[in-house]
Amino acid sequence: MEDIKMGVFICHCGTNIGGFLDVPSLVEYAKTLPNVTFATDNLYSCSEVGLSLIKEKIEEHDLNRVIVASCTPRTHEPLFRSICQEAGLNPYLFEMVNIRDQCSWVHMKETEAATEKAKILIEMGVAKALLLQPLEKFQIDINPTALIIGGGIAGMTAALNLANQEFKVILIEKEPELGGLLRYLYKLYPTHDDASKVLEVRNLVENHQKIKVITSTEPVKIEGFIGNYKVSVKRRDGIYDIDTGIIIVATGAQVLKPEGLFGYNGSTIITQLELEQLLKENKINVKNIVMIQCVGARNEERRYCSNICCMTALKNAMLIKELKPDANISIIFRDIQTQGTTYEEYYRKAREKGITFIRYIPEKVPIVKESNIEVYNDYLNQDISIPYDMIVLSTPLIANPDSEDLAKMLKVPLEENHFFLEAHVKLRPVDFATDGIYVCGSAHWPADIPEAISQAYAAASRASTIISKDVLEVEGAIAEVDEDLCVGCGICIKICPYNAISMDDNGIAHVTEASCKGCGLCGATCPEKAITNHHFTTKQILAQILASGGK
Amino acid sequence: MSFEPNILGFLCNWCSYAGADLAGVSRVQYPPNIRVIRVMCSGRVDPVFVIEALATGLDGVIVMGCHLGDCHYIDGNYEEKMKLDLLSKALQLIGLSGRFRLEWVSASEGVRFGQVVSEFTKQIKNEGPSPFSGSKPNQKLKEDLEAIKRTLSDNRLRTLVGRERAITEFGNVYEEIIEFEEYEKIIDDALNSEFLRNKILIKLEKEPLSVKNLSKSLSIESSLILEHIVSLKARNLIDFNRIDGITPYYHALKEAL
Ligand SMILES: Cc1cc2nc3c(=O)[nH]c(=O)nc-3n(C[C@H](O)[C@H](O)[C@H](O)COP(=O)(O)OP(=O)(O)OC[C@H]3O[C@@H](n4cnc5c(N)ncnc54)[C@H](O)[C@@H]3O)c2cc1C
Ligand code: SF4
Ligand code: SF4
Ligand code: SF4
Repeated sequence: MEDIKMGVFICHCGTNIGGFLDVPSLVEYAKTLPNVTFATDNLYSCSEVGLSLIKEKIEEHDLNRVIVASCTPRTHEPLFRSICQEAGLNPYLFEMVNIRDQCSWVHMKETEAATEKAKILIEMGVAKALLLQPLEKFQIDINPTALIIGGGIAGMTAALNLANQEFKVILIEKEPELGGLLRYLYKLYPTHDDASKVLEVRNLVENHQKIKVITSTEPVKIEGFIGNYKVSVKRRDGIYDIDTGIIIVATGAQVLKPEGLFGYNGSTIITQLELEQLLKENKINVKNIVMIQCVGARNEERRYCSNICCMTALKNAMLIKELKPDANISIIFRDIQTQGTTYEEYYRKAREKGITFIRYIPEKVPIVKESNIEVYNDYLNQDISIPYDMIVLSTPLIANPDSEDLAKMLKVPLEENHFFLEAHVKLRPVDFATDGIYVCGSAHWPADIPEAISQAYAAASRASTIISKDVLEVEGAIAEVDEDLCVGCGICIKICPYNAISMDDNGIAHVTEASCKGCGLCGATCPEKAITNHHFTTKQILAQILASGGK
Repeated sequence: MSFEPNILGFLCNWCSYAGADLAGVSRVQYPPNIRVIRVMCSGRVDPVFVIEALATGLDGVIVMGCHLGDCHYIDGNYEEKMKLDLLSKALQLIGLSGRFRLEWVSASEGVRFGQVVSEFTKQIKNEGPSPFSGSKPNQKLKEDLEAIKRTLSDNRLRTLVGRERAITEFGNVYEEIIEFEEYEKIIDDALNSEFLRNKILIKLEKEPLSVKNLSKSLSIESSLILEHIVSLKARNLIDFNRIDGITPYYHALKEAL
């Protein structure tokens, strides 16, 4: 058995602790606890003097466990750990006891009771420290390469951003050419720049020394972990492996084809996307045009708002009006989604240009007749009839049909509409829970170009925080599976929020150290209790429980 | 002297522990009865920890984590809620659920932390001293608590709970989905029957007993006891001891311990 020599340092924190607790009696108490071979007080433990005292005493008394009872480990644990390390002690053999923030400061008028509580807290710390094990942080090499899947505006923007920071970038695109949906657009809201002009970034991307573009290619298998992914891709002539440090998913989305809705026929009744093509070819030669919004969106099947189609309708209506000032254009809508000052202004402009807006309700959808549309006007509270030569259906962006395959390959989740789901909507909007994989653009949710670009910048910057390092230091307090106890039920694999556990060839769970964040969920869940959560082991916690009172 | 309860709190590092620190920084005053164990995520708190704490004679246990949706570890607290909901149900069976609470406290809720602790301390004062502390711990209740502990440590229930989300939520993508209500019923049934089986086992570990004896001491119908005796025997946890007249006696097998 290891001969444990514990040192306990009790901090006055000036008067923050010393003014409310009886520190000398705490020192005396600590001396009575098992394996405590040294105990003293400190005016300010975190000061230069305080720290060197700790270091000196570790060396002098050959201490192999250290406890500081002071403020909160959330701010000061790293400092005390590093002083232990300087003194040659493994930093995980240090334990901190919070007798300030959670004791002296919150029981200011009860010195006696608060001192008793502090004694118990110290006892709990000692109980845990007796069972602490040295742990090693370890390092993993990072391959400073970025792989981007999907060469639309989002993927291209992320590629350029990373390449301009001198990272090696590989951009794979399923289609024979880059550009994504942008290739089919005429002009872009809100500026009415030519889409072809924005598409010129393709030249920058294709000619960039640091970017390798591989078209007509898609991933078929993805293995590895942060810093070390291996992606197998399929090309016409076979399967190739690509090694990369991080992956950005920029696979975009597709436009819903409204088969069977509102008489869609691809000639007189078309989608906004098909209208863009007609505009490109300057082939609009009709006078009465009606647009219908939310076609196949915001209904039982697809509850979401596709975010871009209202703006697209406004844009195309105005563009037609510019080309053919005598055209009659009506937009039949449910709600107009034009959020933000610029887009709302855009909507106002469309109204000024003489575009007619008619609100319909989902309970009374417009009925398309041979040459007119009958619609219940919610504002006028009456049925009206609008003649048309052409109907344009605004259909939503929908997830790619292969998104589920890709999600399974990456082991990342999709939301209910099969768009990719980020790790946390507020805290980690472009990350996946799996480290080193990011998402941007319409793959995540229908995004317009400004949004797709800002998300691409965000994803690139998140990625660069990883590939800018040669090595990544991995936390030592992680989970470990006891192979003899594991029965391979797979529950931990599903429950781990970071996909850090996988099944090995023998049907035994295995923790990928580089991915584990040490949350402890797996240990609390494993039916066989086969998982040890280092630094928060069941034994350590039970020892703390036992010491916590109830005598 | 008035009763001063011993209360244990499990706090997650990122939200509740930070909230408790903020209470300190803001000098929020609350009763000194609580002692805290810091864990990285509330999801680390195995329900068995709570039972162990109650069994050692602590008067109350509170687990605090980030609000649902704010977990530092994505959804660790969600998983924890499912485990602890089951724990609450189990404690209800033996009338101890008032000594346990689950609360969500964020890093910015220092004042609320103080309120929650004050309230819970009051609640435990009303509950009175732990039935397991003092010189005369309640033996019958202790056996029941032991049965609850075994029920929640046993891999049957843990497997069910571990799969809960996979089955009721993600089922639609990867497996067949089961309605949550239906699932809850499965869990409830499993809880009740495992609890009873463990109670029987604990009795049979002490001395050989007949179905009739068991029925009497556990106040449970003998037909139900018999059902469980059959299943315990099939699982090789108990065996015949002897036949007294025409009445068979059973004892627990050593391996059961
Ligand atoms: C009719 C219409 C009009 C629009 N008008 C405007 C406008 O005026 N202004 C505006 O800001 N926005 C507009 N948009 C929105 C704009 O098209 C999107 O914002 C933009 O295309 C999003 O870019 P992206 O890179 O995320 O996705 P996409 O453009 O969809 O690109 C994704 C790329 O990934 C590739 N890919 C997919 N899966 C794989 C795979 N498995 N492996 C490899 N590659 C893959 C695809 O082939 C594609 O090239 C319009 C959209 C439509 C439908
Ligand atoms: S953007 Fe407009 S048309 Fe598109 S789904 Fe939303 S509300 Fe409907
Ligand atoms: S939950 Fe436990 S028994 Fe099941 S696979 Fe994971 S480690 Fe093995
Ligand atoms: S400790 Fe948390 S992150 Fe690590 S393997 Fe277990 S569940 Fe996953």
